[in-house]
Amino acid sequence: MQARDKDLTRREFVGATVGAAGLGASVADAAPPKAAPESVACSLVVNGQRHDLHLEPRVTLLDLLRERLQITGPKKGCDHGQCGACTVLVDGARVLSCLTLAITQDGSQITTIEGLAAGDQLHPMQAAFLEHDAFQCGFCTPGQICSAVAMLREPRPDPQAPLVADEIRERMSGNICRCGAYPNIVAAIEDVAKAHHESEASLR
Amino acid sequence: MRSFSYSRPTDVAGAIAAELKQPETKYLGGGTNLVDLMKMGVERPAHLVDVTRLPLAQVEERGGGLRIGALVRNSNVAANPVVRKRYPVLADAILSGASPQIRNMATTGGNLLQRTRCPYFYDPSYAECNKRAPGSGCAALLGYSRMHAILGASEHCVATYPGDMAVALTALDARIILQSPQGERAVPIEQFYRLPGDTPHIENDMRPGELITAVELPAEWADRRSHYLKVRDRNSYAFALVSVAAVLDVGPDHRIGRARVALGSVAPKPWRGAEAEDSLRGQVAEAQTFRRAAELLVRGARPRHDNAFKVELAKRAVVRALTAASEAV
Repeated sequence: MQARDKDLTRREFVGATVGAAGLGASVADAAPPKAAPESVACSLVVNGQRHDLHLEPRVTLLDLLRERLQITGPKKGCDHGQCGACTVLVDGARVLSCLTLAITQDGSQITTIEGLAAGDQLHPMQAAFLEHDAFQCGFCTPGQICSAVAMLREPRPDPQAPLVADEIRERMSGNICRCGAYPNIVAAIEDVAKAHHESEASLR
Repeated sequence: MRSFSYSRPTDVAGAIAAELKQPETKYLGGGTNLVDLMKMGVERPAHLVDVTRLPLAQVEERGGGLRIGALVRNSNVAANPVVRKRYPVLADAILSGASPQIRNMATTGGNLLQRTRCPYFYDPSYAECNKRAPGSGCAALLGYSRMHAILGASEHCVATYPGDMAVALTALDARIILQSPQGERAVPIEQFYRLPGDTPHIENDMRPGELITAVELPAEWADRRSHYLKVRDRNSYAFALVSVAAVLDVGPDHRIGRARVALGSVAPKPWRGAEAEDSLRGQVAEAQTFRRAAELLVRGARPRHDNAFKVELAKRAVVRALTAASEAV
């Protein structure tokens, strides 16, 4: 990607415009406005950075990330736990941030798509999605990748057996892709799983 | 979503006291159903008691059976080695439900209390729903009834219990452990869920302040042959049209010992029939035997406008599940 120090990205432009209109100003780490009913103190670590917040109990983790912390990788697809676009990792486990009340995660470690790469070094799953062209519009992709990363760490009935496409499809069923990029998504995950499996085998 | 206050007790007594302290209070577990219902405006609690930090997340072998803490997440129950080995029908039922993300969040206690997915219940723009607004009527009676009950319903409510886990727990004769200021009591899952009658808003046997602390699986139904079959509109991540949990013994002479069969998504609760189960006892494990039991299990079925197919589907699913269970190792 080209350097664009002086240019606003589309996201920054939209954020700045909306902020100027007084609708979505960032108030992270500030005391709550007086109108907020019964705000609750909540500390959580997002992508390695600690946030000490005061939150209204009804704020979902998804809205906290997107609206208040400007971490917009997790997407609001259905907002009802049916599409998986909001998938993030909480203490390493994949969950739906749209059905998670943020205050319940006090003390948790949250990882979003933004936290997977090590600097400029993409996470192997990100690299595999690029390699396999595992997306079209990209809206579901942050959720797909977070979900796939966690899936490879989850217990399996037979850990020795290679992870085949059918099992990947079943275990990725919580992430819907409206473009239908499934064949390439499955291929990307299969690739990472294979490399993972081989490196595990070499350690045995 | 209606605004609410929030507390997060760290012991069971504190949670129960918080629930009893004010009206319109709900316990919050994984939130996968409750938070969604709150977004829809179906549930409108004034206070939430977050129970997820209570020390109820252990699975313990006890009395030859298994005690599963109410806060053990669905994915952890399904991955538990003892569950997988001794009660595989429970692991299979859980893994057939929802998605991995939701199973990572959902708790054992919360899963038991999930509400129906009847679209007329779930959408408050329908004024008529006796479950949501007692006495208002039932929009589903004249509505689209493909997913609705064929057994156990009433003229006041035709909603189904939608889950999978409880269907397996019903076939395993599980007991629900409830804690209140008066102490602990154990309720067999069959008696835990209620049929709607003229009070469809009362769905279970829980009393004010009571908290589910555990689910106990009896030794009696461990290590049996079993199978969970789920029939649905797509291969994964969908509620059942019909599901079956079958648990039984088959002797070397191919004759059935004791058997349990529970049907899901056809009634307001996981559906069992003593007659059907008794009819299997001592009989040869074959299709004819299973078909007879299936007929008995759905006897008295009363389909609605759009779900007559469920009667035959349920029978065939029972035969298939019993066949698979009898051949399981």
